[in-house]
Amino acid sequence: MSQTSQADPADNRQAIVTFERVERRYDDVVAVGGVDCAVQAGSFLALVGASGSGKSTLLKMVNTLVTPSSGRVLFAGEDVTAMRQAQLRRRIGYVFQGIGLFPHFRVGENIAIGPRLAGETLSRARIAELLELVELDPAMADRMPDELSGGQRQRVGVARALAGDPELLLMDEPFGALDPITRDALGDKVRELHERLGLTTVMVTHDMAEALLIADRLLVMDSGRVVADEVPRALLAGEGGDIAQGLVSVPRQQAERLARLEARGNPA
Amino acid sequence: MSEIGEIILGLGDKFAAHVVLAASAIALGLVVALPLAVWASRSQTVSRITLGFASLVQTIPALALLALFFPILLSLRSVFGEDLPTLGFLPALLALSLYALLPILRNAVTAQANLDPGVLEAADSVGMTAAQKLRLVEAPLAAPFIMAGIRTASVWTIGAATLSTTIGQPGLGDPIFAGLQTQNWALVLAGCIASAGLAIIADALLGLIERGFAKRNRWMYGLGALAVALGVGSALAYQAGGEDEETIVIASKQFSEQYILARLIGDRLEEAGYDVSYRDGLGSAVVHNALASSNIDISIDYTGTIWTNQLGRTDNPGREAMYDTIREWEREENDIRVLGRLGFENAYAFAMREDRARELGVTSLTDLEPVAPQLTVGGDPEFFERPDWEAVREAYGLRFDEELNFSPTFMYNSLRSGAADVIGAYSSDGRIAADRLRILEDPLEALPSYDAMIMLAPSVADEEGVIRALEPLIGAIEVEDMREANFSVDREDEKKVSPAVAAERLNEEIGLSN
Repeated sequence: MSQTSQADPADNRQAIVTFERVERRYDDVVAVGGVDCAVQAGSFLALVGASGSGKSTLLKMVNTLVTPSSGRVLFAGEDVTAMRQAQLRRRIGYVFQGIGLFPHFRVGENIAIGPRLAGETLSRARIAELLELVELDPAMADRMPDELSGGQRQRVGVARALAGDPELLLMDEPFGALDPITRDALGDKVRELHERLGLTTVMVTHDMAEALLIADRLLVMDSGRVVADEVPRALLAGEGGDIAQGLVSVPRQQAERLARLEARGNPA
Repeated sequence: MSEIGEIILGLGDKFAAHVVLAASAIALGLVVALPLAVWASRSQTVSRITLGFASLVQTIPALALLALFFPILLSLRSVFGEDLPTLGFLPALLALSLYALLPILRNAVTAQANLDPGVLEAADSVGMTAAQKLRLVEAPLAAPFIMAGIRTASVWTIGAATLSTTIGQPGLGDPIFAGLQTQNWALVLAGCIASAGLAIIADALLGLIERGFAKRNRWMYGLGALAVALGVGSALAYQAGGEDEETIVIASKQFSEQYILARLIGDRLEEAGYDVSYRDGLGSAVVHNALASSNIDISIDYTGTIWTNQLGRTDNPGREAMYDTIREWEREENDIRVLGRLGFENAYAFAMREDRARELGVTSLTDLEPVAPQLTVGGDPEFFERPDWEAVREAYGLRFDEELNFSPTFMYNSLRSGAADVIGAYSSDGRIAADRLRILEDPLEALPSYDAMIMLAPSVADEEGVIRALEPLIGAIEVEDMREANFSVDREDEKKVSPAVAAERLNEEIGLSN
């Protein structure tokens, strides 16, 4: 890797994804404006920011669901726009808010679709293993997606993303549509899988608390630019500038108010 | 009721032809609509243009769309050669396919537009190519909606296919049109019941396939598809055993006289050993062109009709000169042989109810002039467009209060009911005598003559056997005989007979039966 990254030059050699002056414009609107950054293998990176800050657009330029207007995105050292699209995507797991299970496939068929496209047949044992990985009953393999709850469906979505042993897991607001309890449980599960399977994970979220608790590095985005690149502890210590601190202050104040409420022992 | 049942049972060949035509039209519509829908789902512009075109086609009345393909195909002969059929199956197929396009296309495009964007994003993100996405995701998810479109298209097509009778394609429209013209309501009902029944069966089977797709139940759509395939297959098999090349095709326009004369000619040809088939209820404008292109072999036409419609003449040189000119013109321009005149005229003649005429003191067109502004005149759909009408109006200075169009059958009823005071009747029509109508004299001879002629297409123009079989008919039919035959078919009491029976009686009457 000959290119340098402003964000983290020291770890450049292990970078699995590198953004080089990446821009994405829609007519006159700049969605992503000049991002330089490298994602090291094995890291759990969170892209945090308000709606419209460009975090999802940046993420989707990795698996070419969006292509850059200028600049380059490298995956394992190769320009993603120069790679065979289908092959690139089979190497990257993708989980997103819309889940997108194929309603006419059984759960097992949904999980096995990536390998099937690559010409492999996933064994029932492997499908059962993947279901167990996301804490679902292996017998669910024969169900249709509309028989599942929202949380169960997203678990299948995660299992589908992991089925092809991906080198990288991309998550775009993966828990956005789930209730808080399911959301919390699934967040922990993903972090655990990240450790256990030695994954590299990039997750987009607008929830700073979630990002602080799961990720080991946070990129804060605003108006298409990276305004902070910090580890969770540094953000909590007040680093990263006003915009990042504005986002951190929301869960912090909520926690403080809850604590005060608890201390007074009187909700009124 | 049993009469209708019997007629329906006898409609086997029409039914088979109807099924084959409708199924082919829907299949062709599908072959065109599905790729267009895929293309339209990827381009807004294509979507707008294709849906706009399909909607535009839909606004053209089916009858007009069918008729329009005749001149289109005729002009395409310069590209595809003289063997390109201009009547019958091909134009009917093309027009009905165009008609089937809209519901299939619209449902397919709507289905694609309404696919869950999350599912499409997932398809992309798991690494599907465009083709895999179409085959594995878009097509199966859109299938129930597309089936719903095919169902709508099928019901429309089966209904509209009855109109293909007018361009010479046999089907369940044949009994409907024949029945309407001869006031044989059992025949009309039988045709309607058969075509409605066919539409209901097709809708039910396609509905089964649609639900099978929606529920992803292989048995349901497999069974539905099998039943449809069996139906179309047996119709095809039935048809394959039908007509051959050597059959002589006799055309008739949409009125009783034509049906009777077609049977009279057909009977004589069968006696002479020919195989005969009939193309009944053709549009008047279509017949001459069909004859010139040998899509039909024999027709009966009238001098006045050919004079204005084909030669484009508006003058009136007199009866003999008109006939000679036409005979010559047909031979030189179209290789059509005018075998001769049957002996009677079927001219336009102005008719009034006897009591009404007496009341107004009208015996001739000259007398009509002062009272016309208070009167309503009725005519067949062609009548007011014809130069004859123009000529009469000019010659006698006629200005009527209102002009009403009727089908020939209802025109006479309109006179009886008082909806019209004067009608443009036909001189050979049996109802003139039966209804005791007064025919107004034409002292200025403004109305041209309409001698009935036997016309032979180039395909049989030199066929000795045909000429020998038909020559005895030349000059053999008096107008009184024709009127009687026409009336026996048009009358509405228990003495009403079919055109075939009327033809046999006419044959006896003119002394040609052995």
